[in-house]
Amino acid sequence: MSTAPTLVVEDLKTWFYTKAGVVKAVDGVSFRAEAGKIVGLVGESGSGKTVTGFSIIGLVDPPGRIEGGRILFKGRNLVGLTEEELRKLRGSRIAMIFQDPMMTLNPVLRIETQMVEAVRAHVDVSEAEARRRARDALGQVGIPSPEERLKAYPHQFSGGMRQRVAIAIALINKPDLIIADEPTTALDVTIQAQILFEVQKLCRQTGTALIWITHDLSVVASLADEVCVMYAGKIVEQGTVDDVLDRPAHPYTHGLMCSVPSANRRGAPLRQIPGVMPSLLDLPSGCSFRPRCSRADGACLEPPPMAPVGPGRLARCFHPLHGEGV
Amino acid sequence: MTVFIIRRVMQSILVLFVMSLLVFVGVYAIGNPVEIFVAADADQAERARVIAALGLDKPLWEQYLLFIRNAVMGDLGKSFVFNQPALGLILQRMPATLELAFTAMVIALALGIPLGMYAGFRPQSRIAKAIMAGSILGFSLPTFWVGLMLIMVFAVELGWLPSTGRGATAEVFGIETSLATWDGLSHVLLPALNLALFKLSLVIRLTRAGMRENMLMDYVKFARAKGLTMRRVVFVHVLKNIMIPIVTVVGLELGSVIAFAVVTETVFAWPGMGKLIIDSINNLDRPVIVAYMLITVTMFIVINLVVDVLYSVLDPRVRLADMKG
Ligand SMILES: Nc1ncnc2c1ncn2[C@@H]1O[C@H](COP(=O)(O)OP(=O)(O)O)[C@@H](O)[C@H]1O
Ligand code: SF4
Ligand SMILES: [Mg+2]
Repeated sequence: MSTAPTLVVEDLKTWFYTKAGVVKAVDGVSFRAEAGKIVGLVGESGSGKTVTGFSIIGLVDPPGRIEGGRILFKGRNLVGLTEEELRKLRGSRIAMIFQDPMMTLNPVLRIETQMVEAVRAHVDVSEAEARRRARDALGQVGIPSPEERLKAYPHQFSGGMRQRVAIAIALINKPDLIIADEPTTALDVTIQAQILFEVQKLCRQTGTALIWITHDLSVVASLADEVCVMYAGKIVEQGTVDDVLDRPAHPYTHGLMCSVPSANRRGAPLRQIPGVMPSLLDLPSGCSFRPRCSRADGACLEPPPMAPVGPGRLARCFHPLHGEGV
Repeated sequence: MTVFIIRRVMQSILVLFVMSLLVFVGVYAIGNPVEIFVAADADQAERARVIAALGLDKPLWEQYLLFIRNAVMGDLGKSFVFNQPALGLILQRMPATLELAFTAMVIALALGIPLGMYAGFRPQSRIAKAIMAGSILGFSLPTFWVGLMLIMVFAVELGWLPSTGRGATAEVFGIETSLATWDGLSHVLLPALNLALFKLSLVIRLTRAGMRENMLMDYVKFARAKGLTMRRVVFVHVLKNIMIPIVTVVGLELGSVIAFAVVTETVFAWPGMGKLIIDSINNLDRPVIVAYMLITVTMFIVINLVVDVLYSVLDPRVRLADMKG
């Protein structure tokens, strides 16, 4: 029995070689995910969250490539594994749920087919046994009368139900790690809350490590244990949810907090972070956040390192905030 | 489904009726067959006798009503040239044409889908580029020229295959077909290849486009995230999706393959309907022309109906009851 954490990502670099230049979508990302714990990966659209997820599950397609770093899954480095070795892990030990439930299921195959094949790609069981597991998985994610629903096609389900099916498929082989890429963004708020609650419960029960990707801090607040904030391909702040969200150290995290409505700041004006995330092909020198940062000075012309800003927390900033609150 | 089919049949009858009227009037306008059938030096009495025999002495509307009355009872008139029922003449030659069209379609699909899938899966590869260049040729070279080249190379120079006519036939399930004998197959191969070329190019392009489009879809990424092999993703997930447009287009094209077999049948002296209609037009053999048009339209209608039914089988999102006729 190894005591290695489920996932340790070290200095991961995933770059895309486009005609316009090298897009460093993920550029030196390090974090870990522990069994039964939930890590929130937060950042604006385009910050590299999805590419991080695809890198871990080995689905970065050309022109993209993992350029450096290590992905240690239960102690084993996934970078450099063959396609077949990765295939055996995908869907069995590491599963992924995508953002748009309307697009992730194949429209012309029955739910049954899509679930049974997920089982039989990894374990040599009979059709009937695979079907039984599929039915149980549907029941587990709260789909009523799963036996009949197996026969249905995706278009016969609502968006929320389709995402439950996708989650059931992710759970079906009892993986050690699930990467959930904004799975509730496309759903309405009540359904989002139900799904969040159920997924959280399932992960805690089964000891699955969960990486929850989102651009929505309120989702992270209600769900995650740890949080990593991404900006322009790098993690700029990480720590426990309570630390990071209550007393953000990085100006970007602080800016994000000020831009979402929150119960304990009722009445306070919402302030958007000025400017937009720069193009990855044309990043400013030094700190990538510099053009949008009110604390920037001459020191920020150098790239800031990830440095401790308190017990168990790190931030990539020369002038971190010190518990000013939000 | 039943309601759908009944509605379609009613519409089809209306279409056939309108079609028959148009063709009847159209053929009437082309020219007077009497000039062809009556010798130039014939006297007035002889002339009147022929006109009456062909039923051309009555006014057009009366001729048409007579035609409709007979048509309802399955009689489309007698050929002026052969003095045989027009319908029978066409039906006699139909198997040869259907066999040619069918073989051409099978060739187009059997070669086109794998080639198109490869070209869509590895679009940057040299082989893919060669396939696409070939499909451009298939689109742009005229059918009769390709037919002549095929004859030159495979029949004249290499002497591998016969150049003209239909080979020996044999009976399978009650149908006389040349596809059941080696001699017959060797005769059908060149003309079928000739007829297939255009559709082959079409199938390649459709398949390649579908492949490229579908490979980028989320459902493919998700299927791969489940740990399926690439083979299963491509041959089950993607193929099932690209079959939908392929079946639709190819099904609709089947009618035009039959209609455009005319050129190939002429080049290869294939004894099918195409050759008959060309001869009939030259002779202004009105009943055969009208009957041919009606049969062709009927064939299009039946094919479209079959395609719609197939479409609903392939794509679970489509329900026939919701479709407009
Ligand atoms: N196939 C690709 N080719 C080129 N650039 C890409 C590709 N996929 C992603 N990127 C780049 O990677 C960056 C991060 O994308 P992504 O991980 O999807 O962001 P997020 O999920 O945080 O919104 C984007 O700026 C995008 O331009
Ligand atoms: S390093 Fe400088 S520019 Fe970057 S976030 Fe910190 S203060 Fe702002
Ligand atoms: Mg994303």
